[in-house]
Amino acid sequence: MNWLYDFTYLTQSIHESLSRNFEQGTVVLIEMILVGLAFMILFALLGLVLVYAERKVSAFFQQRLGPMRVGKWGTAQTLADVIKLLMKEPLINKNADKFLFNLAPYIIMITAFMTMAALPFAKGLQALDFDIGLLYISAVSSLGVVGILLAGWSSDNKYSLIGALRSGAQVISYELSVGLSLLTIVILTGSLQLSVIVESQANGWWIFKGHIPAVIAFIIFLIASTAETNRGPFDLAEAESELTAGFHTEYSGMKFAFFFLAEFANMFIVSALGATVFLGGWMPFHIGGWEVFNNIMDYIPPIFWFFGKVSFIIFLMMWFRWTFPRLRIDQLLTLEWKYLLPINLMNILVMAFLVLMGWYF
Amino acid sequence: MEEIIHDQELESKEYFINMGPQHPSTHGVLRLVLSLDGEIIKKVEPHLGFIHRSIEKMCEHDSYTQIVHLTDRMDYLSCHINNEAVCLCVEQALQIEVPDRVKVIRTIIDELTRLSSHQLWWGVMGMDLGAITTFLYGFRDREMITDIFEETCGARLTMNYNVPGGLFFDIHPNFQKRTKDFLDYFKKKLPEYDTLLSDNVIFTQRMKGIGILSKEDAISYGVTGPTGRASGFSCDVRKHHSYMAYDRVDFKEILDTEGDCFARYKCRINEMWESMQIIEQLIDNIPEGDYKVPTKAVIKLPKGEWYQKVETARGEFGVYIISEGQKSPYRLKFRSPGFSNLSALDHMARGCKIADLVAIMSTLDLVIPDIDR
Amino acid sequence: MKSIINYFKEILFGLKSLVKGMAVTGHYITHPKEIITQQYPENRESLKMFERFRGEVVLLHDENNEHKCTGCTACEVACPNGSIEIIPKRVEIDGRKVKAIDQFVYHLQMCTMCGLCIPACPTDAIVMANTFEHAVFDRSKLTKILNKPGSKIMDGIK
Ligand code: SF4
Ligand code: SF4
Repeated sequence: MNWLYDFTYLTQSIHESLSRNFEQGTVVLIEMILVGLAFMILFALLGLVLVYAERKVSAFFQQRLGPMRVGKWGTAQTLADVIKLLMKEPLINKNADKFLFNLAPYIIMITAFMTMAALPFAKGLQALDFDIGLLYISAVSSLGVVGILLAGWSSDNKYSLIGALRSGAQVISYELSVGLSLLTIVILTGSLQLSVIVESQANGWWIFKGHIPAVIAFIIFLIASTAETNRGPFDLAEAESELTAGFHTEYSGMKFAFFFLAEFANMFIVSALGATVFLGGWMPFHIGGWEVFNNIMDYIPPIFWFFGKVSFIIFLMMWFRWTFPRLRIDQLLTLEWKYLLPINLMNILVMAFLVLMGWYF
Repeated sequence: MEEIIHDQELESKEYFINMGPQHPSTHGVLRLVLSLDGEIIKKVEPHLGFIHRSIEKMCEHDSYTQIVHLTDRMDYLSCHINNEAVCLCVEQALQIEVPDRVKVIRTIIDELTRLSSHQLWWGVMGMDLGAITTFLYGFRDREMITDIFEETCGARLTMNYNVPGGLFFDIHPNFQKRTKDFLDYFKKKLPEYDTLLSDNVIFTQRMKGIGILSKEDAISYGVTGPTGRASGFSCDVRKHHSYMAYDRVDFKEILDTEGDCFARYKCRINEMWESMQIIEQLIDNIPEGDYKVPTKAVIKLPKGEWYQKVETARGEFGVYIISEGQKSPYRLKFRSPGFSNLSALDHMARGCKIADLVAIMSTLDLVIPDIDR
Repeated sequence: MKSIINYFKEILFGLKSLVKGMAVTGHYITHPKEIITQQYPENRESLKMFERFRGEVVLLHDENNEHKCTGCTACEVACPNGSIEIIPKRVEIDGRKVKAIDQFVYHLQMCTMCGLCIPACPTDAIVMANTFEHAVFDRSKLTKILNKPGSKIMDGIK
């Protein structure tokens, strides 16, 4: 059971056994394929689980039962949906730009994959651990908007175009707030490397150690990342009551499913990022001095801690989505440029001051 | 369509969008041709007729008892009030005075209808603005009223509970108890509506100052109902041309002056409180008596013209009958509130954003079959 | 200075209103007992319609396969949309030829469930039933013959 607590041995032993049998280049190739496969499986599982979770959670918010028919408690509902989507006819508009139209969903998917590579899932379970991990994630995740813009542009639908342009304005603005709120914590850690950020929280999560600025940064991060993933009260790009379905109005079948899946994958990614930076990643919850309590917490494997925290943030995002009305485009930009950004900058200043004075744990 | 294409050539910068006939926020088959400048609306042109069923023409071949059930299909959310308008008009022509019991029961059911219509409007309004949960909450509360209707009137939506001269049947023995239960329940739930939407900052920001309709414009467009009252146009038929038991109950006419979306919203929420108050005053005082005065099997109106207006959940609904002494009217005209309210849409929506248009349409509370008839 | 205070006040009030809204939805997710969903086909047994519910028109038959319809067509006249069609025939009772129904045709697909035909009937032969599961795969199945084969009119009904 030791491997559950530290994946380094596991990955190391795989690497060694491969190196013994193959030469260097082949080993890297095989490892890449293995990692890719693992991510693909994770992706599919995430899609299945999160779609089901969203439907159930929304149902319970709305005093409904949600899917109940396929499988016990409707657990196989998403699987049935996938089969349905696979069997659907892929329709393409007559005047659509076919190449871009077909490309767009893949761009969105690929960015989601690329982001996932740098996430630390547990101790030693991280595909890429390099010194600018945080920067890399925030840079790559904003590429997804290219897919949305392409989808809106190429599908030759006026609603799609408006949705895509909205989402362009939205993602570019909110990218700023996400970055700055993460930067607030980077001041504390002094490193952009995600594994270092996690290690620095061994004796307490930054949201507790970083005083009020960390809490403010967390709230801003929640708002901005919800906006960045085009979800919840910020789903202007889709806005089904205004733009029917926004940028993916014309998509059907599996390509539509890709957009759908990418939305959930992005939600997972930003939640994972938030969990890593603010909530200690896979670090268990510790209270200084409570030895017994800490030992019990240590007993829970890190990977469960990680997914637990991620699901907590995802639940918060769902809670937002199923409670609030949607913002209007100008309010969305006002919120970012007049509220989130100034507060964020001030917050960084305060945080920097705190760090200078050493007023944190 | 010719005209639009022509326009386009003149102003090449405009961006035309067909909102509807199938669109999630037009609540039916209404087609709006928007001309946009980016997100900003320059012109809205409603196109009607997608659900025209020529109800007025059908009425010319139906007997007066049969006409009543057709009005269910117009504004289906205030069907009882529509039914009542026809019955009142026929009663007025026949000079029948309905028993007190009928008056009170009709009034109570009117107000229940208004409540259920407003509940549905509230839910749908939230959904239009992207808060889908409110939709389910609105329907949850409405369910109790539809149960009351089903038990007493026999149907949940198209009740057809009125006949000229009275009611179809007497109220169900459970009616009073159920209604009181509902009032107790809904008094606890209505503040929840406020927390979810009325106080919510996103919601208030989206509603305040949007789609302003001045009192003068409201009057000149013939906008009635909560939409008109939110602009300060005192147009409550229940107050000014009281019918049924409205003259013996104590209620306020909700008036506002702002005339923006939020005023319209507030108006309807406050109207729900008033409706509950009206029901409360009447529910324990239903007089004994007949539920119907006997009429002839085949009703023939004398030669002449009659007009009767009532206040539906959307505004002033009028029935105008011209009779030649036959068993069906020579001509029958309905004045439906939705039609006039829709006509003010262009005026309100100019210069707003697409998202605002959705909000304005929601606060107008349009029912498309009511507009098209 | 004042505007700065207002700025923060605005934010705090806004956040408060949002949290209050979340408390409402939060209440419902933590109280799954209040769920209102009715699982329809499963609850068929317990699902009872109100007695006045208008589901479809039926012609009442007693245990001797006798009904009360005289074929007077009053219901056909009362119906606003021609959902009822009475096809009469002449039968011989006690040597006299009387009118009776051959077929009581009911077009469920046209019926608006207005209930006007029920009080029109002088002999109370028809009532509204509570059934509501009317979905069929073929439209022609909705045109029903309400008098059962071999049924005849009850004694003493004129
Ligand atoms: S219920 Fe109404 S529509 Fe149906 S058959 Fe009877 S009278 Fe005709
Ligand atoms: S059902 Fe009644 S009204 Fe209709 S034909 Fe038979 S007896 Fe006459």
